[in-house]
Amino acid sequence: MIAAPAIQTSSLSKYYGRTSAVQNLDLVVEANRITGFLGRNGAGKSTTIKMLLGLIRPTGGDGTILGRQITNPELNRQARAHIAYVAEDKPLYRYLTVAQTVRFAAAFYRDWRCDVAGKLLREYELPLNRRVKALSKGMRTKLALLLALARKPELLILDEPTEGLDPVMIEHLMQTIVARAAEGTAVFFSSHQIAEVERVADQVCILDRGCLVLDRSLDSLRESFRRVDMVFPVDVVEREFQLPGVERIRANRRQMSVLTSANAEGVIERARAFNAVSLEVAPVGLRDVFLAMVNGLESAIGKEN
Amino acid sequence: MTFFKLKPIAGQPLYIQLMQQIRHATETGALRDGDQLPGIRTLAEELVVSPNTIIKAYSELEHEGLLEMRQGAGAFVCVTRRTRLIAERIQLAQERIRDVIEEVRVAGLEDDEIQRAFEAELAAPRKAARRR
Repeated sequence: MIAAPAIQTSSLSKYYGRTSAVQNLDLVVEANRITGFLGRNGAGKSTTIKMLLGLIRPTGGDGTILGRQITNPELNRQARAHIAYVAEDKPLYRYLTVAQTVRFAAAFYRDWRCDVAGKLLREYELPLNRRVKALSKGMRTKLALLLALARKPELLILDEPTEGLDPVMIEHLMQTIVARAAEGTAVFFSSHQIAEVERVADQVCILDRGCLVLDRSLDSLRESFRRVDMVFPVDVVEREFQLPGVERIRANRRQMSVLTSANAEGVIERARAFNAVSLEVAPVGLRDVFLAMVNGLESAIGKEN
Repeated sequence: MTFFKLKPIAGQPLYIQLMQQIRHATETGALRDGDQLPGIRTLAEELVVSPNTIIKAYSELEHEGLLEMRQGAGAFVCVTRRTRLIAERIQLAQERIRDVIEEVRVAGLEDDEIQRAFEAELAAPRKAARRR
């Protein structure tokens, strides 16, 4: 059975004056999947999420979330009843205590699970009687997460959920994300924790300067992305290795390093044709893919040579 | 109880790594005929990977006949004559590879050099590999 996508946008755009925050975004987030949403600060991740949730009006384009049109306020409101969302700035009522906040959420959400909330409260070691304004940043993040994770939504959207969390808490959060996914919740989360995304995500989307530069399953990324390092007996020009599937080339006279998203075989064949004296093929991690895909670092990477 | 370890950066989908490790466990006898594997959610939480990784590995192994999925009860190891034959073939291949590695080690190659040589050959087109 193929479920309808949890999120689907077409040409979704947001301009602030002449500055574009998001440009012609065609995004598909599948149900029954964990999708990681990566990008540098200011790439447009939060703006995208806010447009999906009807919190910001798009300048152009449209989309659906849980099958409902995002630019229709009434339909978007209906969809949001089935979505748990943790915003980047983790907004909470400052004057409420932890216990009051949890009680308020329990009364508010129809899909609230008291047993899960109680379990998370214990595991997160949150001080029940302390006011939100007196909580540390990490505790505030934990409380905001608890409010989303104690529900049973169809879609869970987390914007930078690991901010301020220590490694033990990050691990715990990833386990909880996995558990929610196992219950059938679609998960869409933005993060700078590339290693964590690489472990738990099924699909990864990379946004750069408002444009989608990568949308791939991690299975296919692991199968197809390779770095090929070569040494030749004479100088070789980059042009010779600009083959289909080649994403980045770094060359320094007789040395060449090629990042391919497909067709490593073609590169190897070309290397043999140029009598490479050394040829190394290595898998590429998501971190390297991210750095290669994101503009602005190109020059920094080039400078290493 | 899990003895599975998945490497995010191994150039191989996680579900394939898991399949290989389950297969390996049946070859070594760590898993025997009739043994039950952890549930999808339990194993996903233990390994901290997407449940789809476990689902895909289990269903592929079911297709191969190494696992039997029982409705509501979970996944059970099912070692048949056919799977035993496959295991033997893998063991034979492994012995030959072990010999080759020993040979090139004696010739003075370091393990990481051997590994890269293997990876380069595996990534090379199949036809070309046969011609040589």
